[in-house]
Amino acid sequence: MKGNVLATRWGIVLVGASIGVIAPLLQKLGNPANMGICVACMERDIAGALGLHRAGVVQYLRPEILGFVLGAFLAAVLFKEFRPRGGSAPVARFFLGMCAMIGALVFLGCPWRALLRLAGGDGNAILGLAGLATGIWIGTLFFRGGYSLGRSSPQSKSVGLMIPLLMAGLLVLRLAYPPVEGQAASGILFYSLQGPGAARAPLLVSLAAGLIIGVLAQRSRFCTMGGIRDLILFRQLHLFSGMVALVVVAWVVNLILGQFHPGFEKQPVAHSQHLWNFCGMMVAGLAFALAGGCPGRQLFMAGEGDNDAGVFVLGMIIGAAIAHNFGLASSPQGVGPNGIAGLAVAMGICLFIGLTNLRRS
Amino acid sequence: MADKTIDARGLSCPQPVLLVMENMKKLAKGTLEVLVDTDTSRENVSRAARMEGWEVTQEEKTEDGYRMILEKKN
Repeated sequence: MKGNVLATRWGIVLVGASIGVIAPLLQKLGNPANMGICVACMERDIAGALGLHRAGVVQYLRPEILGFVLGAFLAAVLFKEFRPRGGSAPVARFFLGMCAMIGALVFLGCPWRALLRLAGGDGNAILGLAGLATGIWIGTLFFRGGYSLGRSSPQSKSVGLMIPLLMAGLLVLRLAYPPVEGQAASGILFYSLQGPGAARAPLLVSLAAGLIIGVLAQRSRFCTMGGIRDLILFRQLHLFSGMVALVVVAWVVNLILGQFHPGFEKQPVAHSQHLWNFCGMMVAGLAFALAGGCPGRQLFMAGEGDNDAGVFVLGMIIGAAIAHNFGLASSPQGVGPNGIAGLAVAMGICLFIGLTNLRRS
Repeated sequence: MADKTIDARGLSCPQPVLLVMENMKKLAKGTLEVLVDTDTSRENVSRAARMEGWEVTQEEKTEDGYRMILEKKN
């Protein structure tokens, strides 16, 4: 069996470090502060670009996300790991994706952004990361109790191609309808004129960054939820070491680029309601654990032909639309008008899925 | 002939590793045959086996994934 260098300890550290370099550089080149990469925020921006929600400040068809899936797809094809599969409780996974996004948008970031916020000096990220670990810990209790959403089964090639093709289609839209200076729409796509959605690195830079990370992460199986889960469940440091590398390297790069600003108040695209930062990521962490991967990992698996991961991704995008349409998403002023209620419902859904899928006595 | 066969095909993370770990602990020593469907599961199972002092003595490609043999002699 051929060895996979990037799946070794040093390989995963290298991949975490690479993301730690690329994300702050994307920020320097135009992406929002402490948001060089954020899978949840970027999927939320894509939902906005497509008009699924109409929050004017978060609308941009982020090329990084398309690159993640297409990069992972290319790597999977190149290394003969493209395995179309699916059929493991798709609707439950869709709901887990929605719940994950609702939790992430109460905190304002996915696990990657929580790490990048920490590396940028945002102390509120500590609460988010503590919540994330707590949610994943709850998930491990379900796994110890025999939790399973059932087996996936092999699917046809075309079925495995669905999500990579969707991303290729979105890329065509982005190329066909580029942003127009001073206009909030171009063709069928919406664009932010201010706020985080208006902060964007050049198209080719974003796309190249996404493709590089997509390839590296597919080969290394980089997963932030898995890092914490494996540490709790197996006392295994493998994936966790990639997360540590990401934070340390991003912190150093932020220091060099003058992007490190320690503190809790007035952090970019963040709020300081500690309890809700914690609870938001706790719900997200539980949803990621029950679905078997952090939002980044779900994109990379979708690129490998995993339809169950693809359904989770679609759930996250629709979850973002729901979060913004119904006032669940937070803003720098704090949680949205219905954020706490939304979080309670999302937690209830996760616990329901967890408790009703314990398959062993 | 393996003492037990574990079919972890189609299971998402971390279930393949959990199943294998559970059986390695139960058996303490012997031979386990493990079936997985993805390279990620193959790598994760190998890593977990080595961590528990088991050896991966065989790995072969099958029609829908991999067949692995894990052994611990004493």
